Amino acid sequence: MLNHYETVFILTPVLSETQMKETVEKFKSLLLENGAVITNEENWGLRKLAYPIQKKTTGFYCLLQFDAEPNVITTLETNYRRDERVIRYLTVRLDKYAYEYAEKRKNVKLKEGKEN
Amino acid sequence: MANNNEEIRYLNPPTVDIKKKKYCRFKKSGIKYIDYKDPEFLKKFVNEQGKILPRRLTGTSLKYQRRVAQAIKRARHLALLPFVTDLLK
Repeated sequence: MLNHYETVFILTPVLSETQMKETVEKFKSLLLENGAVITNEENWGLRKLAYPIQKKTTGFYCLLQFDAEPNVITTLETNYRRDERVIRYLTVRLDKYAYEYAEKRKNVKLKEGKEN
Repeated sequence: MANNNEEIRYLNPPTVDIKKKKYCRFKKSGIKYIDYKDPEFLKKFVNEQGKILPRRLTGTSLKYQRRVAQAIKRARHLALLPFVTDLLK
């Protein structure tokens, strides 16, 4: 049974732009290997944290929305924990309303992208 | 002593506020999902120290109060909102 999921993770600000992209790619390929379908990807860039985490005040935020089997989440989260470049992560299952909202958000983003 | 039985008299007529009925903004505007990724919106439901405001102040219905609280807690985990602070607004 496939579920809709959404995951946000924060990477350390010490990484360079390419290193950051590499890390994001790593997690994306990890998901794809496990048979997940990535439906949306957002990069919020370097953001200020509301409170320091591991003595760092900024971080790269990245969001991935995907459809996957429930057991994929365990592998994903184990990999988050093992990777020292990830300082914080959150994975949530999207319920009916959350999914609607996420789709709307995606479409708005696509429209904006076309206009630019 | 004779004054004790007299009615209390005010210099100005006592102002009786006409209480505005509180309502749940989510029910009214039909918001079904509260996004934890939007800290600016969630800031409406926390006080200056970053504490979650009670239902009796915001008028949110129980169902949505639970969801607001959940969203705020998720936002805090992702460092989008602070756990404790001063002068958030």
